[in-house]
Amino acid sequence: MSSVAVIDYGMGNLHSIAKALQHAVPEADVRIVSDADGILDADRVVFPGVGAIRDCMQALNQLGLSVVIRQVAKTKPLLGICLGMQALLTDSEENGGTECLNVFAGHVVHFPASLKDSDGNNLKIPHMGWNQVHQLKHPLWSDIPQDSRFYFVHSYYAQPDAAVVAATTEYPDAFACALAQDNIFAVQFHPEKSQTAGLQLLKNFLHWDGQV
Amino acid sequence: MGLAKRIIPCLDVDNGRVVKGVKFVDIRDAGDPVEIARRYDREGADEITFLDITATHHDRETMVHVVEQVAGEVFIPLTVGGGIRTLEDIRRMLNAGADKVGINSAAVFNPEFVREAARRFGSQCIVVAIDAKKISQTGDANRWEIFTHGGRKPTGIDAIFWAKKMVDYGAGEILLTSMDRDGTREGFDLPLTRAISTAVSVPVIASGGVGNLDHLADGIIKGKADAVLAASIFHFAEYSIGQAKERMASLGIEVRLT
Repeated sequence: MSSVAVIDYGMGNLHSIAKALQHAVPEADVRIVSDADGILDADRVVFPGVGAIRDCMQALNQLGLSVVIRQVAKTKPLLGICLGMQALLTDSEENGGTECLNVFAGHVVHFPASLKDSDGNNLKIPHMGWNQVHQLKHPLWSDIPQDSRFYFVHSYYAQPDAAVVAATTEYPDAFACALAQDNIFAVQFHPEKSQTAGLQLLKNFLHWDGQV
Repeated sequence: MGLAKRIIPCLDVDNGRVVKGVKFVDIRDAGDPVEIARRYDREGADEITFLDITATHHDRETMVHVVEQVAGEVFIPLTVGGGIRTLEDIRRMLNAGADKVGINSAAVFNPEFVREAARRFGSQCIVVAIDAKKISQTGDANRWEIFTHGGRKPTGIDAIFWAKKMVDYGAGEILLTSMDRDGTREGFDLPLTRAISTAVSVPVIASGGVGNLDHLADGIIKGKADAVLAASIFHFAEYSIGQAKERMASLGIEVRLT
């Protein structure tokens, strides 16, 4: 079974992701790594993250990992999760504007403060809980029913080019909750906390050859 | 269609064992938090909250092991509350596999702790637990105050003011418990729930007083809560989480059906 590196750069709960990957494919070789060699050694890479984008980018730059992630993005299956997804865009308006990795062209923006639901109540921010994910065609959605619910928690969302959108979610307007391009897949929600559907997505990623 | 309202079963854990009588027939060890968490996960719980009621600090290490075990098998969000007083307490729980921690009295004694915690770990994992009690007289405008020590000690702090302050300090979610209703099975304090939920920008979890499935639905529809938390109705296996969701769905509430 192939090896997967979960990037440890001090941002968030890697153990949940490592445990979920291991549970999804028990024979997988799951490694938590924080150095360039460890990341480049693995057959595939998971780029997680929670917290603030400026801290995330600072940590990546200090550890010399920005260049490594850009390299992985060109060479092997890469899965970005939550803040790890947002960091793959050009920039984010969080923390007064933060430059990101620019693997995907596009911006990360905050949900408007005045959103209302269909009953006229204020929509809560963060967008927290289980929401439906409307899939567009991609091998990583294999064996996951259309419009399955995944667990989200975020206040910012990506605005990428339409060509890379792999799924959308409504809150209340549709936004891109999954992005894909060649060997890269990235999701705003937390597959490691999304029970059956999430574990299936991780399993699909562990078996993915990086082809669309 | 859109975001589902959440149902969150809560387990009171004392030194690694679930307390309050549990009568599941299909569970080998009814006091084992891991077994019960597994069952709730199967039934469709949207999250699970563990409340550590262990009295001594020394025994809190047990809770870390419980979280580690559950996180290795149950892949939904896990929250741990009770005895979270330092950044180190939070770090240990998150490393063990918790996704969020509940901060209660430590926030009242030192509000800056919430700010530091949110800055260090992100607001998404900081749940501020608020224990509120009605202090206004019948006929007067409703007023609720924050209490500590399981509802015994008044603080003089207005509940709505406090909830807003905690959100300003970085709380990503509010767990609101009515001390008047907790344990009564008479239903949530709906005016309190509505007052807090409409006053803050972050999600509010209603807690305290659930005795039947309609109470859960009331918390969402009338109380405007984003999530509902209950302990005993699920522990005693009076109702399954699946039944709770079916009832809520039949009343037009969007839920995650599994």
